[in-house]
Amino acid sequence: MNVVNTALVLEDTPLLSVSGLTRSYGARIGCKDVVFDLYPGEVMGIVGESGSGKSTLLSCLAGHLETDAGQVVYQGQDVLTLPEPARRRLMRTDWAFVHQHARDGLRMNVSAGGNVGERLMAGGARHYGNIRKTAEDWLERVEIDPGRIDDRPSAFSGGMQQRLQIARGLVTGPKLVLMDEPTGGLDVSVQARLLDLLRGLVRRMGLSVVIVTHDIGVVRLLADRLMVMRHGQVVEQGLTDRVLDDPQHAYTQLLVNSVLPT
Amino acid sequence: MTAQVMIRVADVSKNFALHAQGGTVIPVLQGAALTVRAGECVALTGSSGSGKSTLLRLLQGNYAPAGGVIEVAGLDLATATPRQVSALRRGTLGYVSQFLRVVPRVPALDVVADPLLTLGMEEGEARDRAGALLAQLNLPERLWGLSPTTFSGGEQQRVNIARGFVHPYPVLLLDEPTASLDPVNRAVVLQLIRDAKARGAALVGIFHDAPARAEIADREVDVTVFSPQAVPA
Repeated sequence: MNVVNTALVLEDTPLLSVSGLTRSYGARIGCKDVVFDLYPGEVMGIVGESGSGKSTLLSCLAGHLETDAGQVVYQGQDVLTLPEPARRRLMRTDWAFVHQHARDGLRMNVSAGGNVGERLMAGGARHYGNIRKTAEDWLERVEIDPGRIDDRPSAFSGGMQQRLQIARGLVTGPKLVLMDEPTGGLDVSVQARLLDLLRGLVRRMGLSVVIVTHDIGVVRLLADRLMVMRHGQVVEQGLTDRVLDDPQHAYTQLLVNSVLPT
Repeated sequence: MTAQVMIRVADVSKNFALHAQGGTVIPVLQGAALTVRAGECVALTGSSGSGKSTLLRLLQGNYAPAGGVIEVAGLDLATATPRQVSALRRGTLGYVSQFLRVVPRVPALDVVADPLLTLGMEEGEARDRAGALLAQLNLPERLWGLSPTTFSGGEQQRVNIARGFVHPYPVLLLDEPTASLDPVNRAVVLQLIRDAKARGAALVGIFHDAPARAEIADREVDVTVFSPQAVPA
């Protein structure tokens, strides 16, 4: 009896390899001993209630917070040991961060085109015409009328601001995107549009994503893999639909069963 | 020559532990076994609650087994990494669910084309194929640009079916694929299943529609025999 063996051609090297990541706030644990690998093109969701450590973890990855211990290896290099300028360069080119509140990720007194172009220039672009053209192209890709390129984000709706923040982050063609509650605080219909947009961009650009959210519906539609955090520690992780439909840990069961029916 | 084994289930057990209810453990399957070869269609039978859906979900990788082996196209889902299961589902393991889970505003045509886009097919060709299948399933073209979340049960089901048949998956799982269909569309679905068998797909399904089951299933497997022995109170 011969069982056919499918050649599952998978990349062997993770894009990001996190180990022992720990951060405390005095005596209180922020996150503790977090370990995971993220592969090219993979979307990993992190869920947990407020105070579970999911945002601390993301902030440590992004370098917004100092870590107490652990490694964050990106393409063979522990980014936690990088000198600050190199770290900032990485965050402006190869990595992107999407904040829950677009105003934290945008410059509100600079035009929409400027917001997108600024990141390109930080990555080394100099030709004004090309920068403006790329900015226009990106506004279209995130479904903002390019005619509004000279408007300031303060004149945009919440959903548009969020899409602009995404354009600003993705314009440099990053490999890794860290997202903190990207659909939080948006109307349900605006959320759906954003999710659809993100799914398309992830697929077309082959992005690896770590997305922190408390919205189970968002990870079900966006994440391949899911990590459940509680009290700073990972209590369960695996294939998203398996964790949600067949949760093993008591806390995951509680979390999944607390979702209101739609 | 015997066809290749595409699914091999051996000694699989499955329990559900309900932590909110004092850790009550509900055993659902024990000693489950199943072999399905390329070109074969196997129907899971047994009364409601006997574990048909549980076995189907185990085959899809949606549930984790408590023990045993679940090989699908050579990958043991009991031990596979999430990444391996995702890759298997992309190109090898298709699933026609009873439930539609999609981003609310995505048009039906894109919902159906999605598996092809994920496999890297060019957008125009993927949409053409999706449209051809939706036409075959008699979904009116005026609905293709609308989100299927607004559709009737039968229309949603046809979108799900189209999603499952748009790529020639070597293994296909079907959960009540004809449940809410009219006779014309039921016949279309049965033909799709026959075509899939003819191209060598291994199929496992739950069909409450007994005539449909008789028509397309090569074998029936009664999952009642995998019910754990009742534990004396």
